[in-house]
Amino acid sequence: MKKLINDPADVVAEVLRGIAIAHPELRVDHTHRIVYRGDAPVSGKVGLISGGGSGHEPLHGGFVGPGMLDAACAGEVFTSPVPDQMLEATRGVNGGVGVVHIVKNYTGDVMNFEMAAELAMAEDIPVESVIVDDDVAVQDSTFTAGRRGVGATVLVEKIAGAAADQGRPLADVADVARRVNAAARSMGVALTSCTVPAVGHPTFELSDSEMEVGIGIHGEPGRERMPLRPARDVAELICEPILADLDFAGPDGAIVFVNGMGATPLLELYVMYAEVAAILEKSGVQIARSLVGPFITSLDMAGCSVTLLRADDDLLTLWDHPVNTPALRKGC
Amino acid sequence: MTQADIDVTTLTDWIREYARVIGENAGYLTDLDAAIGDADHGTNMERGMSAVVAALDETPAPDPAALVKKVGMTLVSSVGGASGPLYGTFFLRMATALADGASATDFAKALRAGVDGVVQRGRAEAGDKTMFDALAPALDTLDAELAAGADLATALVAAEAAAVAGRDATEAMVARKGRASYLGQRSVGHIDPGAASSAMLIGAAATAFGA
Repeated sequence: MKKLINDPADVVAEVLRGIAIAHPELRVDHTHRIVYRGDAPVSGKVGLISGGGSGHEPLHGGFVGPGMLDAACAGEVFTSPVPDQMLEATRGVNGGVGVVHIVKNYTGDVMNFEMAAELAMAEDIPVESVIVDDDVAVQDSTFTAGRRGVGATVLVEKIAGAAADQGRPLADVADVARRVNAAARSMGVALTSCTVPAVGHPTFELSDSEMEVGIGIHGEPGRERMPLRPARDVAELICEPILADLDFAGPDGAIVFVNGMGATPLLELYVMYAEVAAILEKSGVQIARSLVGPFITSLDMAGCSVTLLRADDDLLTLWDHPVNTPALRKGC
Repeated sequence: MTQADIDVTTLTDWIREYARVIGENAGYLTDLDAAIGDADHGTNMERGMSAVVAALDETPAPDPAALVKKVGMTLVSSVGGASGPLYGTFFLRMATALADGASATDFAKALRAGVDGVVQRGRAEAGDKTMFDALAPALDTLDAELAAGADLATALVAAEAAAVAGRDATEAMVARKGRASYLGQRSVGHIDPGAASSAMLIGAAATAFGA
């Protein structure tokens, strides 16, 4: 294992220390491992929190700030945070009109957030939980824990964050978040596995000539292993199941998000983006907005994911709303 | 065994023994998890059980219910993942069903309440390739042995064997819960890590109550 770390056991604490120093506009609770926007709670505004295992940076802490999240809870690497953290964050961002929990659909995350929401509601803080489950690589939801929350999480946080910033009430912000999730689909591919610092070796083995298609964001093996192919074939492989799952050829087009898994350079992501754009054009899907870069990663995994979100007027207005976070900034 | 089979001392022995076994097998549990999950089960359980031991060292619990409640709260606060809420809920539910001076049957009932909590939290069914597949046969065996007149130590040894058999049976199952379920058929051929740590929990009880 080659990593720029000190002790594997200290990684999460040290990441939070780095975030706190680099971004003085944020406030970090090191005891509970929560990143808050500096002025939280914002009175009269719906609070928005998320959280999850570490290792997906910039998700979630990098998306804390005006126009996006009010707080993010950091778990151990690839391990959900615990209910105490989400309860504390919920209290800390409640501006008097309730809090939305954005939860990626993993068994652990769902159960820990569920316990936190029960505790918060027992304290009379209204909570709406929104589960993100956009990964088409998981097909048969009757016999699985359901589709995983992957790339759409970034879009949900951005768009619901804008809705909260506009002053919409709790139920409406939660509804926007659910609408984004319902209209988004993702699929990813890995060229390498990733190494969890505390484990020290790659989670799975993948030879130089292979790729793993349909991976999640935790180094869990994917749907299928096959020989590595050129970018245009890979783009085809991951776009096809997305386009087969939902019709994106609407009048308002789609928000197209090509995400890096951590170790893949922007050079390759833009090569992939061009291939994805060509496929969309052939399929009659208009590109309304684009996002390219490593926004929801899987440690040092090489590879990428594609997320499409079927747009409408309201979602595009919210997408264009100003946002000011360490990892996503526009319009301000 | 004395008249009251269960007191805070024997329960504490159980928890400490479980922490020891988890510490010894953390690498094994993580390896099981790496095959079909996300390679953190051993690390997470070790962190949680170390926190439990530290909490018990700091303030010993006054009675059985307080003890298992503290274990549950500590696990919920320190483990994360799916194991935190599941094991946490297990002990928290046990706490509601356990009084001082409890008999072996009361202990079995408390374990049953704990497993019911796990099922409620995790929505797992038999054959889903989860911790339930080790715990359910263990508790059925424990109940049957106690009903047939066995003492707690003997019954727990039989329960451990049932838990181990249940754990091993998960190898042939297709996972339908948790991250392993994303693998579908590829989850076959691997023991479920949660079933493995659950078998250790029953094994630790057999050791602690058998002494």
